[in-house]
Amino acid sequence: MRVLVALLALLVAVPALAQDSLPRAPYAYRQLDDPEQEARAQALMETLRCLKCQSQSIADSDAPMAGDMRSQVRQRILAGEEPEEIRAWLVERYGDYVSYAPRLTGLTWPLFAMPLVLLVVVGLLLRRRLRRGDGK
Amino acid sequence: MSAPPSRPSTRISPWALWVPLIVFLGFLVLVIHGLSRPGSTEVESTMIGKPLPAFTLPPAAGDRPGLSTYDFADEKPRLLNIFASWCVPCAIEAPQLQALSDEGHEVVGVAIRDRREHVAAFLVKHGNPFARIGKDDVSAVQLAIGSSGVPESFVIDGTGVIRYQHIGVIRAEDLPLIREKMREARQ
Repeated sequence: MRVLVALLALLVAVPALAQDSLPRAPYAYRQLDDPEQEARAQALMETLRCLKCQSQSIADSDAPMAGDMRSQVRQRILAGEEPEEIRAWLVERYGDYVSYAPRLTGLTWPLFAMPLVLLVVVGLLLRRRLRRGDGK
Repeated sequence: MSAPPSRPSTRISPWALWVPLIVFLGFLVLVIHGLSRPGSTEVESTMIGKPLPAFTLPPAAGDRPGLSTYDFADEKPRLLNIFASWCVPCAIEAPQLQALSDEGHEVVGVAIRDRREHVAAFLVKHGNPFARIGKDDVSAVQLAIGSSGVPESFVIDGTGVIRYQHIGVIRAEDLPLIREKMREARQ
C-alpha cells in the first residue's frame, strides 16, 4: 500500500518551478538529425561562452539562455551557415569575449610571438655557452 | 634586502643581479592591481552605434501591440527594455520606467521566455510603462542585439540606431543618465 501511494505521489509530482516556465527553444536539447551537421554544431558550441555562467561553454550549460544559443547555433547550421559565420555573428554582438577560440589580433599577437622569441633567445644563449665549452 | 654581496667572481654586471627582483616586484604590483580591481562580469554589447537588427515579435500582453523594427522608424527615440515576469530585479526598475514613461519618453518592452498570463499579471502588479511589448520566446532579439541578461535597456534613436546600453536595473540614481541619453538620441 505504501509503495502504491509513493508511486501515485510520483505520478502527480510536478518539477520544481523553473526560472521560467516556457518550453525550451526547438533545438536547445535536441540534436540535429544529420550526425555530420550535429558534429559541426557541437564543435562550435563547445567554443562559445555561456553569457550567464561565464566560465562554461553553451554546450556545458543548462542556463535557459545557453539553451537558446544552442538552438540558434543548430538552426543556423541546419540552414546551411558555416560555423565560423555563426561565430562571427556572435562576436559582432558580444565582442571576442563570447568566443573561446583564440584569435590572432593586434591585441593578442604578443601571446603568439612570445614563445617564439623565447625559443630564439634560448637557442642563442645555448649556442654561446656550448661554443665557450668547446673552446676550453 | 641585505647588503650587496662582496664582489662576485662572475662577469655579470652588478646591475644584472637586481633584474629578477625588479621583474618579481613588477609582477607583484600587477597582481595586487588586478586583485584590488576585480573584473566586471558584465558583457557589453558591441552593437552600440549600429542599426537595430530586423525582428518582428508578437504581442506579449493583452492590450499592447507587439514590437518590430519598423516601429522604430518614426524619428522618435525609444527606450527598449528587455525584461521578464520571472525576473525579480525587473520589478525593482518598474517605477523608474514608469517615471520615464510619464515624462513622455516612449518605453517599449521585450519579454524574454515569458507566458502571456504571467506578463499580464506582472504588469498589473508593477504597472505598465510600455507602449508596446514583444514576446521573445527563444531570446532571438536578445541575442541579435547583444544583450546577455534581464533587465537590460537600450536607447534607440529615431533612425533605429542603438545609442546606449544600460546593463541591469535602472535605479533612481540612473535616471538622469538615461534622460541625458534619450535627449542625445533626439538630435
